[in-house]
Amino acid sequence: AEAAALRERLRAVRHTVLVLSGKGGVGKSTFSALLAHGLAADQAKQVALLDIDICGPSIPKMMGLEGEQVHQSGSGWSPVYVEENLGVMSVGFLLSSPDDAVIWRGPKKNGLIKQFIRDVDWGEIDYLIVDTPPGTSDEHLSIVQYLGAAHIDGAVIITTPQEVSLQDVRKEINFCRKVKLPIIGVVENMSGFICPKCKNESQIFPPTTGGAEKMCQKLNVSLLGKVPLDPQIGKSCDKGQSFLSEAPESPATLSYRNIIQRIQEYCDQHHFQEEKII
Amino acid sequence: ESSNLAGVRHILLVLSGKGGVGKSTISTELALSLRHSGKKVGILDVDLCGPSIPRMFRVQDNDVHQCDSGWVPVFVDQDKSISLMSIGFLLEKPDDAVVWRGPKKNALIKQFVADVAWGDLDFLIVDTPPGTSDEHISTVEALRPYKPLGAILVTTPQAVAVGDVRRELTFCKKTGLRVLGIVENMSGFVCPHCSECTNIFSKGGGEELAKHAGVPFLGCVPLDPQLSQSLEEGRDFIQEFPKSSAFPALAHIAQQILDSTSQRSS
Repeated sequence: AEAAALRERLRAVRHTVLVLSGKGGVGKSTFSALLAHGLAADQAKQVALLDIDICGPSIPKMMGLEGEQVHQSGSGWSPVYVEENLGVMSVGFLLSSPDDAVIWRGPKKNGLIKQFIRDVDWGEIDYLIVDTPPGTSDEHLSIVQYLGAAHIDGAVIITTPQEVSLQDVRKEINFCRKVKLPIIGVVENMSGFICPKCKNESQIFPPTTGGAEKMCQKLNVSLLGKVPLDPQIGKSCDKGQSFLSEAPESPATLSYRNIIQRIQEYCDQHHFQEEKII
Repeated sequence: ESSNLAGVRHILLVLSGKGGVGKSTISTELALSLRHSGKKVGILDVDLCGPSIPRMFRVQDNDVHQCDSGWVPVFVDQDKSISLMSIGFLLEKPDDAVVWRGPKKNALIKQFVADVAWGDLDFLIVDTPPGTSDEHISTVEALRPYKPLGAILVTTPQAVAVGDVRRELTFCKKTGLRVLGIVENMSGFVCPHCSECTNIFSKGGGEELAKHAGVPFLGCVPLDPQLSQSLEEGRDFIQEFPKSSAFPALAHIAQQILDSTSQRSS
């Protein structure tokens, strides 16, 4: 009956993309937020952004929705809408103060994630984007399990160029293979910095072992693109604005747009035809 | 009662609500600084999904052995002044993912806290994963009888990071863990070509948070490609790059930790 309830909710979701990384702080939430904005630029598409980072929910701030609360109705929890066609859900909306900490062990976190899938009234959506915390633990196992009732198009894995990140990302790639989650591709974030004054490039996070490019070659996954560092990205996230709109000429914006397009193309090719009957 | 932590003088935790802010980096540099001040240091890496510490000391290929009192920590060099324990040493293949739910993680953390034969240490630094969940609850519970010195919280300057670290401060308050101070990492980047400083991840959020929360501010550490390179290659940044831009801040953080132990009666 539980599985049926999950299946029912997910029936109206056309495409699901998980944003993962083994490593923390590489830009998963930043990317998820921009992917959501990018896809929602097409007014004809309905986009949903689900933040399952229970301990460190960054999405409300990044989407300019801090302080918003979740409302309940007969049909379930209402997502918080940024635009008419872009809805968001996060544990952040359930907390009453920015100092509130969610100090939960695994089972309680899993319970909330299940509720997010089962009880949120998303309506009909073209894209469900799921932002995750770093690691390969409860949240990741649970989301794959609960979304298994629907069809997950695949995972986008975020990394930065240095080996300290790549060593965790390889584990994430192995996790995806273990749970049979298709990998759409890898994004190398924070890939170089151009000094605004002298225009020289610095590798602040040096690709000492060949960066994402070499890792992707070795592990036979797609490299979707590289995004350079741009101080405006952090500023836009802190203000809750879309970096893509605030800095349309930035090389980082160009990279993000190319990557988003590749993800769209991937989803279109792997169009979900029929509901699986278990 | 003899226990493996009986010979450890001071235990300190390195925490952050946020991932990727530099907890393992700060743990590593603090250990190296304390070593250069003549201290014996251990690092316990309880990040089970993303264990970064072994590589930062170039010992990622080492094995661990057992003795009568438990696991023997891995020494990073001949003079045995820094020893490590991490799940990284227990993995058969480095790319193996540890895909465990909470209860299994908790069991290993309890073992790590109780069963590593550290011997005599001046400091045991406990490096943690981001968050306020199983690993953190279990680590604090297991360490409670040994009265930790306290916790250092690491953040980057921007609001999105500070937002998570505020929650970590609440965690410390709720679990009775003393906050030794906040470090603002990745605080500005000085271009090596023209010396222009760019605040890539904004500036000042860590210092403001420390003021707002009434905890000590331990300092700003700038972005430094030499530091990143050292960590990648497992080199001793404190010894090799004393002129680099991150060195003064890191040395100052270590000094404040040493000062805090002399305030505390043993």
